[in-house]
Amino acid sequence: MSTKPLKQIHLAAHFPGVNNTTVWSDPAAGSHIDFDSFVHFARTAERARFDFLFLAEGLRLREQGGRIYDLDVVGRPDTFTVLAALAAVTERLGLTGTINSTFNEPYEVARQFASLDHLSAGRAAWNVVTSWDAFTGENFRRGGFLPREERYSRAKEFLAAATGLFDSWDGTEIVADPVSGTFLRDARAGAFTHCGPHFDIEGHFNVPRSPQGRPVVFQAGDSDEGREFAAARADAIFGRYGTLDEGRAFYADVKRRLPRYGRTPDQLKILPAATFVLGDTDAEAHETAHEVRRLQVSGQTAIRYLEHVWNRDLSAYDPDGPLPETDPEPGENTIALGRASVRQFRDPRETARQWRELARAKNLSIRELVIATTARQTFVGSAATVARAIDDLVQADAADGFILVPHITPGGLDVFADTVVPLLQERGVFRTEYEGTTLRDHLGLSVPAPAPSGL
Amino acid sequence: MPASPPPAASRAAASAPLHLAVALDGAGRHPAAWREPGARPGELLTARYWADAVAEAEAGLLDFVSFDDALTLQSSSPDGPDGRTDQVRGRLDAVLTAARVAPLTRHIGLVPTVTATHTEPFHISKAIATLDHVSRGRAGLDVRVSQTAHELRHFGRRAAALPEDEAYEEAADHVEVVRRLWDSWDDDAEIRDVATGRFVDRDKLHHIDFEGRHFSVRGPSITPRPPQGQPLVTAAAATRAAYGLIARSADAGYVPAHDTDAVRAAVAEIRRARETAGPAAEPLHLFGDLTVFLDEDAPAAHARRERLDALAGTPYGDGEAVFTGTPAQLADLLQDWRTAGLTGFRLRPGGISHDLPAITRALVPELQRRGAFRRAYEADTLRALLGLARPAGRYAAQPAA
Repeated sequence: MSTKPLKQIHLAAHFPGVNNTTVWSDPAAGSHIDFDSFVHFARTAERARFDFLFLAEGLRLREQGGRIYDLDVVGRPDTFTVLAALAAVTERLGLTGTINSTFNEPYEVARQFASLDHLSAGRAAWNVVTSWDAFTGENFRRGGFLPREERYSRAKEFLAAATGLFDSWDGTEIVADPVSGTFLRDARAGAFTHCGPHFDIEGHFNVPRSPQGRPVVFQAGDSDEGREFAAARADAIFGRYGTLDEGRAFYADVKRRLPRYGRTPDQLKILPAATFVLGDTDAEAHETAHEVRRLQVSGQTAIRYLEHVWNRDLSAYDPDGPLPETDPEPGENTIALGRASVRQFRDPRETARQWRELARAKNLSIRELVIATTARQTFVGSAATVARAIDDLVQADAADGFILVPHITPGGLDVFADTVVPLLQERGVFRTEYEGTTLRDHLGLSVPAPAPSGL
Repeated sequence: MPASPPPAASRAAASAPLHLAVALDGAGRHPAAWREPGARPGELLTARYWADAVAEAEAGLLDFVSFDDALTLQSSSPDGPDGRTDQVRGRLDAVLTAARVAPLTRHIGLVPTVTATHTEPFHISKAIATLDHVSRGRAGLDVRVSQTAHELRHFGRRAAALPEDEAYEEAADHVEVVRRLWDSWDDDAEIRDVATGRFVDRDKLHHIDFEGRHFSVRGPSITPRPPQGQPLVTAAAATRAAYGLIARSADAGYVPAHDTDAVRAAVAEIRRARETAGPAAEPLHLFGDLTVFLDEDAPAAHARRERLDALAGTPYGDGEAVFTGTPAQLADLLQDWRTAGLTGFRLRPGGISHDLPAITRALVPELQRRGAFRRAYEADTLRALLGLARPAGRYAAQPAA
């Protein structure tokens, strides 16, 4: 056995929303819009001493087959506004929001995040994402959409510009001495210039340096370009690999990229999204997990999911019957719009071939096949089993922690907080009290020095 | 109460209840206000400062607070930064500040400034709808138009600012998109029909398909219809070009309250514009907008203002509507201006630490004694406080787009 000291686990909670993880039909499911839901969820996360709460963003309702998709939760509030309101009902919990770099402008987003950091006394984090599609662009007057290959160049430049804005105040300018009448030490406070292919902006940023210096930056992409972007710029990655082998490979790959940017491995936290199903016993948890999967993937949901691959209307098919024998429609996916998951099928014909093979070999119906291939239950078992699994993955460097996505809104986190967290604390791998006040404190990240010339 | 009294309303209107709002900005409207005792100039970027100010306004039963904002550093010059180091510089996003205080308050309306010229109506619509959700029906927005070149360079999208009329037309289009998006979900769109597996009735979600000169937006919103249906849209009649925006787009306009004749003329012109270009049937509040310096005796108020002027180096009030005197004198004036067709007032405290409590603890009781202001909050939403009905969604009962 290694004598390596125990790693401390980072835990966060993702408010579940617009996808089929959420079992809205469960009698325990509450509103995903009422502020009370967010308050309950955030207070549970804070009671459990989680690092942060995570909120995704939507910029266009998903459509499928030319109509608004109606089988999952539809609709959500504005990310910034909810996070600012949550700052009033929590004290230490980090507040992380996804904000897109394509349909926004750096000055506005930088001032929103800097404001959130002030209003939360240092708890703001920004998950930078790079949607680019024309479908989303139809809701925006400018920016429109980007060629796919430019999305990272815009995101990188967006973040560089925003960083320049954050760094345009060094934090020492405000004197506010009523006797001498000196409010600012230096009239140049906030001066910035950024000139590049995407943004040509200059002037004065009007939010002074925030408690964390800059908000914590998350990145969520998995492509080679996304990993490089994260290694260069991000404080944490919202990862997708929750298993030992995939997680370790991803972890090693991303951390290996850090030195070329002059960074150390502890400067980038890797936090995969993870679901969980708990039971009094492992057997009971597995039984519940199976029921949850059936609720998440109804017959209709299975058909709609299959359409993502086949790229055509399959509503005539019986979800309890066999897969279509015909091949998917070639070309760009046009049946499902506004869905990130569609992009994972880079070779739909090959996916369809594998799925037919699997269904034949195991005698799976359409619904059973979809359940089998989209299993996203990361942790299933008793609290002891789940606590051990989380700890093992973190100690094995498959992750630095997890962003937990319960399948019930907003109460689904409660049982985790009440049963798994105490076991992690007993193992000595999770805090029993917050040691600091800011999200950077929780994540063990230092406050960056302003680098006005670092554009 | 009717939101639009007939222009000839006289003594009856003078004693009818009026509406009161305060505009919050930094330490107050006077550039030297931050140097006043109790001004807390080192806390202007903290949540506590804003929570305390809004709590004070709510204790005074005010209809709403507005939060000033701009996408540029404060300046005494319209042309760009003035290089001064003796005035408050730096401020927080108004929508986020309003959201931050929403859970700490229960009755008062929250009206942040939004710069229509440089923002996306889709983002603004969902942000204000969400402010309405988190405040349970107390959200509004104050639409601001920017034409300054230096603010434009913060965005770098346009070579030059639009001509004034066009900038206001663009803002009116912005509001139209925001309002359509608020209506793009019918109130009962979320059905959670377990039997059919449908979470929403998509016939109750609507593409808005706005096509205008400056932008087009497809919709629907991603945020369900806000509790008020339509949060309160306000705009300042800062220039005549803004009259059209108020007439076409607003639920409430702010008219600079210099003198009775000027107020009467502005009110008449805005109401005429409402008849021709705007939603004439919809009630429109017109609030007198003025900065106030209040003390128990008038000489003290004047002395304080002069002391602040001396600290600032220039007399305050060039072009601004300003009142300096006692709460009783202000109450007289408000009741008098009320006869010029105003339905309420937005007061800008010269210094928040001094003049906000003067409003809530002296002016409000004075108006209450005269039967001209509420003694308790009589409604839970901002629209209801202002006597405005909750509008039906414009697309409801129409087939889905």
